[in-house]
Amino acid sequence: MFSRILTLFKKDILLEFRQKHTFYGILLYIASTIFVLYLSIDRPDANVWNGLFWVIQLFICVNAVAKSFLQENRGRMLYFYSISSPVEFIIAKMCYNLLLMVLMSLLSLLLFAIFLDNPVTNTLWFTGIVILGGASVSIVFTLMSAIAAKAQQNAALIAILGFPVILPQLLLLMRLSKAAFAEVFREGAVLQLAALITGLDVLVIAMAIILFPYLWKD
Amino acid sequence: MQKKWWKILSLLLLIYTVVGGFLLSVPELNILNETIRNLYFHVCMWFGMMILFTVSFVYSIKYLRGFQLRNDIFAHHFAAVGSFFGILGYTTGTIWANYTWVTDQSQSLGSILKEPKLIGAAIALLIYGAYFVLRGSFTDMDKKARVSAVYNIFAFAMLFPSIWIIPRLVGSLHPGAPGSESGNPALNFNDIDSRLRMVFYPAIIGWTLLGVWIATLKIRLQLIKDKSLLNE
Repeated sequence: MFSRILTLFKKDILLEFRQKHTFYGILLYIASTIFVLYLSIDRPDANVWNGLFWVIQLFICVNAVAKSFLQENRGRMLYFYSISSPVEFIIAKMCYNLLLMVLMSLLSLLLFAIFLDNPVTNTLWFTGIVILGGASVSIVFTLMSAIAAKAQQNAALIAILGFPVILPQLLLLMRLSKAAFAEVFREGAVLQLAALITGLDVLVIAMAIILFPYLWKD
Repeated sequence: MQKKWWKILSLLLLIYTVVGGFLLSVPELNILNETIRNLYFHVCMWFGMMILFTVSFVYSIKYLRGFQLRNDIFAHHFAAVGSFFGILGYTTGTIWANYTWVTDQSQSLGSILKEPKLIGAAIALLIYGAYFVLRGSFTDMDKKARVSAVYNIFAFAMLFPSIWIIPRLVGSLHPGAPGSESGNPALNFNDIDSRLRMVFYPAIIGWTLLGVWIATLKIRLQLIKDKSLLNE
C-alpha cells in the first residue's frame, strides 16, 4: 500500500516537473499579489498584516490545489481506478498538495517579510504556524477539489464549497498567529490552539479517507 | 402517515409556549427584563436547527449505505428546513441583541455581530448554502445525491467544532462563554430559573416537532413528484 502511495505521489511531482507552466503560474500569482499589496499599503500594522497574510494563503491554496483533480481527465481517472484503491489515491493527493502548499506558504512568508514590513517578533514560531496552516488549508481543499471536480462548473464551486468549511480553522490560525506578534497568551493557550488545529486536520483526513471512495466511482 | 399524535402534541405545546411564554411570570433581571421571554423562541430555533441538521446528516449516511434516492430527498429537505430555522434564529437573536447588547445608539452593528457564537452560526448557514448550490450544479440525479451526501457529511463534521468548541474558547457577550458571568451577570444561564424551565423545555420539543412536520410535508410532496424515479 505504501509503495503505491509513494508511486502516485512521485507521479504527481514528476508531472509538476514536466508541466512547469502551472507551477510557475502559481509562483507568479504569489509574487504579483504580494507586489500589489506592497504598492497599495506601506506599513500595515500587525493585525492587518496577519489578516492579509492568511487571506492570501487561502487564495493561493484555491489556485494551487484546485487543479489537482481538475487536471485528471476521465480516461486517466479510469486508469487510476484500475490500478489503485481510492484510499491510496486520496492519501497520495493529500501528501502532494500538502507539500506544494507548505512550499508556497513559506515562499509567500518570505515575500511578505521582504516587501511588507515584518511585524513578526518570533520568526521560528510563526514559521511553524505557517507550515501548520498551509497543511490544514491544503488538506481541506484537496477534498473540496475532489467534490467540485464531479460538478461541471468546478472552478467557482471550489471556493463556494471550501470557504465556509475552512473558516473555523482559519479563525484559529489567525488567533494562533498573534502569539508570534508578541501578544501575551494565557499559559498553555498556544499549545491548546495548536492541538485543536491538528485535531481538526486529523478529522478532515479521516473524513476524506472515509468519504472519497464514494466520490471515486462513477 | 397523515395523522399522527405528535402533530397534535406539537400544536398543543406551541400554544402553551406562546400563551405561557407571554403570560407566566419570569425572573426579573437587570438589562434583560421582559426580553427573557425570547428564550422560548430564539434558543429553540437553534435547538431545532441542530436537530434537523443532525437528521439530515443521518439520512446522508443512510443514502451512502444503500443509494436509495428516497433518503437523499429526506436529507435535502431536512437541511432546508434546518436552514430556515437558522435564519429565524438569527432574526430573533437580532431583536434580542437590539434590546440587551446595544448600550449606545452610535454603536455600529459590525462591532456587535463579531461574536464567536454568531460567526459559528453564520458558518452553519454558509455551509448549507454551499450545499444547496452544489445540489443545483448537477443534472444527473444519482451523481447529485451521492456528491451532495458526501459534502453534507463532511460539512456537518466540520460544523461541529465551529459551533461547539471554538465559541467556548473565547470570551463573548453571548451566554455560555467563559468570562460572560463577569461582564454581564444577567446572561448566565447555568442556573436557569425553574420558572423558565417550565416553558423552555416544552417549547424546544414543540418547535422541533413543528420543524419535522414542515419537513415531512415537503418530503411527501417531493416523493409524489419523483414517484416515477423512485421505482416503488
